[in-house]
Amino acid sequence: MKDFEYSAAATIDEAVSLLARWGDRAKVLTGGTDLIVQLREGQREADMVIDVKKIPQLMESSYSREKGWRLGAAVPCHRIYEHAEVADAYPGLADAARIIGGWQIQSRASIGGNLCNASPAADSIPILIAYHATCRIAGPNGERTVPVAQFCVGPGRNQLARGEILVSLDFPPSLPRSSGAYLRFIPRNEMDIAVVGVGSWVQLNARGDAIEAARIGLGAVAPTPLVAEQASLWLCGKPANDDTFAQAGELARLVARPISDKRGPAEYRTHLVGVLTKRTLAIATKRARET
Amino acid sequence: MPRKLHLSTTINGLPTEFLCEARQSLLEVLRDVLHLTGSKEGCNNGNCGACTVLLGGEPVLSCLVLAAEAEAAEITTIEGVACEARLHPIQQCFLQDAALQCGVCTPGFILSAKALLDRNPNPTEHEIRFQLANNLCRCTGYDKIVRAVQHAAKQAMASPEPGCIAGGSAK
Amino acid sequence: MTKPSQYKVIGTRPIRHDGVDKVTGRAVYGADVQLPGLVHGKMLRSSHAHARIKSIDTTSAEKLPGVFAVVTGADLPCLAGKMANLGEGAINLAHLSQNCLADTKVLYKGHAVAAVAAISPHVAEEAVKLIRVEYEPLPPVMELLAAMQPDAQLLHDDVFTNRLGEKSARPSNVSQHIHLEQGEVDQAFAKADLVIEREFRTASVHQGYIEPHVSIAFWNADGHVTIWTSTQGAFTVRQQTAELFEIPVSRITVIPTEIGGGFGGKIPVYLEPVAAALSRKCGRPVKMTMQRDEDFQGTGPTPGSVVRVKLGATQDGKLVAGQAWLAYDAGAFPGGMIGPGCMCVFSCYEIPNARVDGFDVLCNKPKTAAYRAPGATQAAFACESVIDELAEKLGIDPIDFRLKNAAKEGTRRPDGEVYRRIGIIETLQAVKQSEHYRSKTSGPNVGRGVAAGFWFNVGLKSSAAANVNNDGTVTLIEGSTDIGGTRTSVAMQLAETLGIAAEDVQPHVGDTDSVGYTDVTGGSRVTNATGKAAYQVGLDIKQQMAARAAIVFECKPEQVAVEGGVYRHQGQALTFKELAGKLPHIGEPVVGRATVDAGGATNGFGVHVVDLDVDRETGKVTILRYTAAQDVGTAIHPSYVEGQMQGGAVQGIGWALNEEYVFNERGEMLNASFLDYRMPTALDVPMIETMIVEVPNPEHPYGVRGVGETPIVPPPAALANAIYRATGVRMRELPMSPPKLWKAISRSAPPA
Repeated sequence: MKDFEYSAAATIDEAVSLLARWGDRAKVLTGGTDLIVQLREGQREADMVIDVKKIPQLMESSYSREKGWRLGAAVPCHRIYEHAEVADAYPGLADAARIIGGWQIQSRASIGGNLCNASPAADSIPILIAYHATCRIAGPNGERTVPVAQFCVGPGRNQLARGEILVSLDFPPSLPRSSGAYLRFIPRNEMDIAVVGVGSWVQLNARGDAIEAARIGLGAVAPTPLVAEQASLWLCGKPANDDTFAQAGELARLVARPISDKRGPAEYRTHLVGVLTKRTLAIATKRARET
Repeated sequence: MPRKLHLSTTINGLPTEFLCEARQSLLEVLRDVLHLTGSKEGCNNGNCGACTVLLGGEPVLSCLVLAAEAEAAEITTIEGVACEARLHPIQQCFLQDAALQCGVCTPGFILSAKALLDRNPNPTEHEIRFQLANNLCRCTGYDKIVRAVQHAAKQAMASPEPGCIAGGSAK
Repeated sequence: MTKPSQYKVIGTRPIRHDGVDKVTGRAVYGADVQLPGLVHGKMLRSSHAHARIKSIDTTSAEKLPGVFAVVTGADLPCLAGKMANLGEGAINLAHLSQNCLADTKVLYKGHAVAAVAAISPHVAEEAVKLIRVEYEPLPPVMELLAAMQPDAQLLHDDVFTNRLGEKSARPSNVSQHIHLEQGEVDQAFAKADLVIEREFRTASVHQGYIEPHVSIAFWNADGHVTIWTSTQGAFTVRQQTAELFEIPVSRITVIPTEIGGGFGGKIPVYLEPVAAALSRKCGRPVKMTMQRDEDFQGTGPTPGSVVRVKLGATQDGKLVAGQAWLAYDAGAFPGGMIGPGCMCVFSCYEIPNARVDGFDVLCNKPKTAAYRAPGATQAAFACESVIDELAEKLGIDPIDFRLKNAAKEGTRRPDGEVYRRIGIIETLQAVKQSEHYRSKTSGPNVGRGVAAGFWFNVGLKSSAAANVNNDGTVTLIEGSTDIGGTRTSVAMQLAETLGIAAEDVQPHVGDTDSVGYTDVTGGSRVTNATGKAAYQVGLDIKQQMAARAAIVFECKPEQVAVEGGVYRHQGQALTFKELAGKLPHIGEPVVGRATVDAGGATNGFGVHVVDLDVDRETGKVTILRYTAAQDVGTAIHPSYVEGQMQGGAVQGIGWALNEEYVFNERGEMLNASFLDYRMPTALDVPMIETMIVEVPNPEHPYGVRGVGETPIVPPPAALANAIYRATGVRMRELPMSPPKLWKAISRSAPPA
């Protein structure tokens, strides 16, 4: 691996000014579980690596029932599922955090890093989309926010401009009778990259037998994670049962435009979108009834 | 030659300083600079778990941590798991249950198992398999490893070991 | 033959002698070797699967600060036309040399082209990038059957088809055609009531040892070469390296380090000669460690295959005729695993009329190497699937069908081997009576499958020596590198022979200067052959100790009676330990020695049962329950015998379900990482139940057969048979990965 400068920024301003100065030659280091592999294998190059884990805002996780959840971009995955209130309120994200790499990876890797890496197969993104999470971004010109659904612009490419850094992911408060679930399909049971990943969020009516609102995020079926808009809208008002979930799966398949690669053929991936949409909707519904 | 960074850490209970290049992983420094070769390199990209160490008590893959990130960190490697001459119950159970064949994955498994039992003293078989899934073993088929961890948990519950005073961190 | 229950040490489960070092991180593996002045080597590997090398320019690399030496194929002697037998038949040394460093052609993506030694691995890596190679790309030959066609692009113009000793007129990618035949095959098929013929395919798979290849070499100014390496055989490394440099073996010392898994993949040399060439140039010890992608792309996987099996049976379930056609890809150089494939395809059964044709086929993939029962698993996948189909069509329980046709003492295999006492029947009976096999499966997508498997297990040569210490312990030096606990299984046989505790033997693996010639750790031979050497060392020591006891007892040596480690004469008695304590004062020191040529096959049979669940919507298989049964002769250390059976079974499960080399049309491997190669994790398998069957090997003093290889053979067929029971779909291609199984299920029963 080519050598580089290493700097542990203590504040957002410091990180922003380093990023502004070094531009493309700088890379932000959160958990490092993608970046270090990419640098070692020559997929990315850096002259400056900026470690942001000393910046308080990027390491904070603050949750309240009323305001929702602010998840610092560098908070390691294990802190999500180990935080009982958060894991209760956003179980779909806990699903994803538990399977991003193995346990050792989860000690380092963050949801923010998973998002910024912008892999089409990233496990966190479909469920971030389903939960309507937004990105809080700091830059030379101050702060801005972007919905997660718009953050990725291509494989390995995101919205961040020169000098910008992802500070946190903000989640709206968890509504009554709502919940989410994430499933991915992998050939093994652990340590694999999603062949397809689906995150679903539903809100049920007062009786818990029909869907009032839903949102479905899809991973590994397009150059960026997608929202299955049509399926999500179609679900509103439908009875919350297996037939509905299966039909929603059929609609979700329509937006999938996967490639065939070493991880699976396109036809199979499209098929899996239907299966996983159906299954995540069932889990999310069950969870919503239990809230 | 690249400029070197100076780091101060605590490794296996001992204050340890070292010099490294920014590009060097914690694994490289442990093995090549500090000669703590018990942490193994199996894949050097985070997929085998042979290089697992505890960083502030959390299990991490030392091939995916830059040594530069370890400033002020407390690190436990396989060399620090036994308490002086007394093996940790997990180490004892690995021996009694024949949970190793070639042994190259063993240090990583022992550290992952220690991290697991430190948090969850009575895990189910599924929990053990789930938490050890980032440690590959190609020799044993995992059966005897899982049993060794189950036995270590039982042993530790029956007679909790006193903590190690210095130089190690056996619980 | 004494009964196992009469043993004091054999059959017990002592802590292995090297155990504490391995659980505390103190054991020294190849990469752990540190030497003064050590520098680091890195390889430049071909980016093409097939190309002519037009030129190599190393000037810029040599100029980079921190670089000490650069070598290419030109730094190794030209060995054109030289043949040598390195233990597994004659091989063309030029091919071995070209595999270590290409000369005029690269034959697979990842083929070593040049290497650099530098002050650090990072500098060596930077230097490698500065080497300029000009290639003339050639079309890669990736598909096995296409490679066999007469008009196929040739890999070598000096490889011809050898058929029964006759050389083909024109060069060919088929380097060998094996033909075996016994009985009247065509007539027997004509008389059979039921004939089934099927074609099967398997993908290239890798041993997947966790420790990458690593070697350190130091070429001293006096011309002596010392090599520290992670290998299955120190003596074969010495021999191969000596041949490659055309120097006498006495100029090379090979020090085997602890080895982090091998499974057959650490028998050929890859790094040793290159590190030696670099060291010769720069005068420093050079360490070379592969990265994981190099292990996948630059070392030997085991062959992919196409196998056709045809079997004929009578209505009452008797096999009368068999025919097999096997083509295995050898990779870039001749010498795949087709020989053992042909030997093993029908090895579990008595088939009086059988014909086997096998082909060793070159293609632009890494040169294949052995992998646990090399060649047998591909063949068994085919044969055991057809056996299962026959049993099903004839309405006979699959175990009963196998029992009806099982090989036994006196059965002649198509390759001419006539079995001595073997244990397949006992193993099948053990499974039939097992709680697992008698239990019922339940669930709509649950199925149970069984399959048998075979590996012949070799003997070969081993040496050992042992010193008696005056504290009553014995220091054993043996030549077999220890991959899975064989130090202990060998030491236990010495302890049994001497009547002392296993802990009182201290076993060590010697280097090539400190122990007699010993063949590789492979072929499931170590506990058998090196164990036999240890037994003979024990006899030698016993005799010498009796002579020392005679001095104490003031009698003739032959008057000393030895039993259970106690030396007696007319009411006087000395334990081994007491006698050892007197050694400083009576007679010469006691050193035992033995060398053995343990001869032929010991024939290990295994039978596996698997229950699994298929997710019909995704094609994913979940293993619910698994039992491996095997005749191991005698289990010296049952825990490590079980460990071999469990580990082999899980490797077989990986081969069956997900493992494969995925190539693109340019011949590039797309999944050269543990992430995408997908070996089983702890979460992918259940506990593996074991049933040790002991039908002692009459040729071994303690009845050992060997155990390591057989357990990888049955799983793919067992899983395929279980998948059929679960889904009604017969899978005939490995891996039976989720997309393929899903597709097969969807085709068989379109969704309602």
